[in-house]
Amino acid sequence: MSMSKAFEIAGTALAANSQRLNAVASNLANAESVSGPDGQVYQARKVVFESYLMEGADAGGQGVRVREVVTDPAPGKLIYQPNHPMANEEGYIMMPNVEVVDEMVDMIAASRAYQTNVEIMNTTKTLMQKTLTLGT
Amino acid sequence: MVDRVGDELAFNAQALKLRAQRQEVLSSNLANAETPNFKARDFDFGAALRAATGQADGVPAPGGVSLAVTNGRHIRANASPALPVALQYRTPTQAAIDGNTVDPDLERTRFTDNALRYDAALRMLNGQIQTLQRAIQNN
Repeated sequence: MSMSKAFEIAGTALAANSQRLNAVASNLANAESVSGPDGQVYQARKVVFESYLMEGADAGGQGVRVREVVTDPAPGKLIYQPNHPMANEEGYIMMPNVEVVDEMVDMIAASRAYQTNVEIMNTTKTLMQKTLTLGT
Repeated sequence: MVDRVGDELAFNAQALKLRAQRQEVLSSNLANAETPNFKARDFDFGAALRAATGQADGVPAPGGVSLAVTNGRHIRANASPALPVALQYRTPTQAAIDGNTVDPDLERTRFTDNALRYDAALRMLNGQIQTLQRAIQNN
């Protein structure tokens, strides 16, 4: 039972980290979007992780899930581009508050976490398979 | 006689069960390596095994209660606790500013070590079963 729970816990981490990678992809794709569908400038999305007790975990194992996706409240960057069609009266356009370097760091961290959990799943799978052939 | 076979295997079976539980705890630590305020946990395998195999006789499993035995005919009854193992928080070496105390390198080392020992317990159990089978089949 514990083994399959370990498997499930690693699974929750995969799901949470792929959601985080999703947010990073969205932020990077929109790093240069001057305007969103509502006419407002794009704001960077950040996922917030929380741990939760897995149902039926006999050793108190805790999975991870995304509690909420928050938007970065930092103001966008004003850039002087008077020829831009979206420029205001003073000739400035509002660029999103996405920090590309921060997003790259987040992407690497998410992909490393993903890899670690895939490895955990593989190890656990091997052990479970060996347990199934016990006594043969 | 049937019981004796069970007793033969009990120790390694118990060890295997505890290793699987530790695997669960360690994978939970690694899954929450970046969760704010998550505290890494683990348990003392040796103590848990001693408690589980009754080598610490009369001492109830951590977190459990046992009936008082005032007469030789009384049955020693231990209520199983909600959690079979006593989880403890790991002492952080480098705590993160968000309150997370998971050291991924350390946890991975423990995880691999535990997986290896699970495999060892499995092999030991397999060996015992094969020995018993050979004795039964007499060949």
